[in-house]
Amino acid sequence: MKAKEYCHIPYIRYLSDEGEALHRLPAWTENSDVLVDYYRSMVIARAGDAKAVALQRTGQMGTYPSALGQEAISTVCCSLLEKEDVLIPYYRDLPGLMKRGIPLSDVLLYWGGDERGSASEAWGKDFPNCVPIATQAGHAAGVATALKVRHQHQVAMVSMGDGATSKGDFTEALNLAGVWQLPIVFIINNNQWAISVPRKIQSGAPTLAQKGVSAGLTSIQVDGNDVIALHEAVNAAIKQARSGKGATVIEAITYRLGDHTTADDASRYRESEELQEAWGREPIKRLRNFLYQRGLWNEEKEQALQKEAAALIDKEVKRYLNTPLPEISDLFDHHYAQMPAQLEKQKQHAIAKAEAMNMGGVHS
Amino acid sequence: MNSSVSETVDQSIPKEVSEKLTMVEAVNLALDHAMADDQDVVLLGEDIGVNGGVFRATQGLRDKYGLKRVMDTPLAETLIAGISVGMATQGLKPVAEIQFMGFIFPAMEQLICHAARMRNRTRGRLTCPMVLRAPFGGGIHAPEHHSESTEALLAHIPGLRVVMPSSPVRAYGLLRAAINDPDPVIFLEPKRIYRAVKQDVSYDTAILPLDKCFTLKQGNDVTLISWGAAVKETMEAANTLQEYGASVEVIDVATIKPLDMETILTSVRKTGRCVIIHEACKSFGVGAEISAALAEEALTDLKAPVERVTGYDITMPYYRMEDHYLPKPDDIIKAALKTLSFH
Ligand SMILES: Cc1ncc(C[n+]2csc(CCOP(=O)(O)OP(=O)(O)O)c2C)c(N)n1
Ligand SMILES: [Mg+2]
Repeated sequence: MKAKEYCHIPYIRYLSDEGEALHRLPAWTENSDVLVDYYRSMVIARAGDAKAVALQRTGQMGTYPSALGQEAISTVCCSLLEKEDVLIPYYRDLPGLMKRGIPLSDVLLYWGGDERGSASEAWGKDFPNCVPIATQAGHAAGVATALKVRHQHQVAMVSMGDGATSKGDFTEALNLAGVWQLPIVFIINNNQWAISVPRKIQSGAPTLAQKGVSAGLTSIQVDGNDVIALHEAVNAAIKQARSGKGATVIEAITYRLGDHTTADDASRYRESEELQEAWGREPIKRLRNFLYQRGLWNEEKEQALQKEAAALIDKEVKRYLNTPLPEISDLFDHHYAQMPAQLEKQKQHAIAKAEAMNMGGVHS
Repeated sequence: MNSSVSETVDQSIPKEVSEKLTMVEAVNLALDHAMADDQDVVLLGEDIGVNGGVFRATQGLRDKYGLKRVMDTPLAETLIAGISVGMATQGLKPVAEIQFMGFIFPAMEQLICHAARMRNRTRGRLTCPMVLRAPFGGGIHAPEHHSESTEALLAHIPGLRVVMPSSPVRAYGLLRAAINDPDPVIFLEPKRIYRAVKQDVSYDTAILPLDKCFTLKQGNDVTLISWGAAVKETMEAANTLQEYGASVEVIDVATIKPLDMETILTSVRKTGRCVIIHEACKSFGVGAEISAALAEEALTDLKAPVERVTGYDITMPYYRMEDHYLPKPDDIIKAALKTLSFH
């Protein structure tokens, strides 16, 4: 039997590419506040994301991985989490981080080459960005185990890309989540590309979600550019995890509209027709059309929102750019709770050297 | 997989043409020539095909040699090392790329437990003629985990060779030697100097020994020993010291493991003074090994304590402050003057 035949993965979608309801919408959509909030958050996140790219292009920030076109996933996921839940994000989660209340300036500071971007109180118990692909899956399993051992009702939510599902870390975490009934929501941002490697040569499995089936987990695919479908899927997954019924794998189908990062040039390996076509499915336009059709949005509100976004970003960028360099001691002070004598000597050396050479760091 | 591309493209080598190439271009040329010379040489890794690798080290090779010999793998470093071991035991010569040295760690189990031991475990029945390439080191304002220098972790493993070029000519000659070598070779490419200088490289460029240091500059007063990108700062320091009137010898270790102590000892016996310069953290590093070997074998020849100029024992700072971590020519000059003035 072919994998397709014996492993049926449900696929949830409510809105057409043009933002029309494809079938009866869930009752919660009657409350327009939620949808308007999703829209507002995505617009602000996209503007922040574009600013991050612009900062890199003008030499004011380092390499940055844009979330362009994938805003819906991260926005909806983090909107549905409770503050006490634990987010274990990856590098393409700017929209979700903003939703979690993490200042944009923190995120910019991080990509600006400064560890203090992951340090502020706003992060709570959430994890910092994870660079080594898929290793965060293990952290999620550990966080969830801690929650379970302590009889807490929070959940762990972990995100990663389609490429990440090829690593053993991912499979190992799914396996544990299944066998220990862990309260985890696994989010796969399937943007069809892992740098230059397209989805179809990443895995022979018809869906990535079905990797969850082999671990005994609830496993679904969802249109990752459709906030209503995402809301349904993520909400159900969080509820299931919170009530002790185990983990879910959600494969959110989307598309990376930008380069992999600012250091990448996708035109080397990607057809422009494919990109053009993907723009027709992007999440923000789709929701805007829907809201317009329902009379929930208009040009005036749009203009006000754009202004609001610009003002917020302006403020955050200023904060980022005005963040002074850390003290030299900052590079040494956070390795151990207690400073080893040997390291203290090295620290004094570094301080003296910086003073003697009048060295700064890289100015943003 | 389909390898039809390879049948339509000319795979012959323009042997006589010598070109001015950067180090990363020299790596590309070495791969190209090795593949042309030996059908068993295959490349594998993440984004090495149509993208030509994130640093373009494999650019053009997929078109030239086809998908069966230039394989884009799924995103999985344990697997990349594992299949390299598997392929190597069957007579292929896999040259795997790990995108950045910071992502070599999932491959470590395969390297330590299998690649490095297969020959010994089977008393030579199965061997691992594989190369694992990875760009490494700081100074290019890269994201977290993209700037470390962890050569000492690898050099600690019996059965592995660890090689590290610092010029286009040495990159070519050492990589060709690494691919020819019957044992697993870790080939670390200092990406900060990937495009720093150009040298003439061609098919006639010498294939270099994997167990010899390179003396880049001869002198009598002090020996500066370095490897990787730090060779650049070391040479700068040597030139300044020369202006101060010191006669400086500079050694590029290049083949970290096995270590050519002969060349180092001969030099230090001559100069009696030695500064070791590396970008990696100080403690438990390759510099410590060299220093210990000097203490064991040349203590009476030393006129001053061995100095080390290295990175600090801290996590490689994210790029805004990485300059504070990296050894500078001034640090090297200071250390050299200190040894020179020791009586
Ligand atoms: C273990 C590891 N290997 C390689 C890399 C280099 N790398 C960074 S992102 C990436 C592709 C990831 O693709 P995917 O998981 O689909 O996520 P996306 O970036 O598309 O969101 C690679 C290979 C890394 N960060 N970690
Ligand atoms: Mg992807």
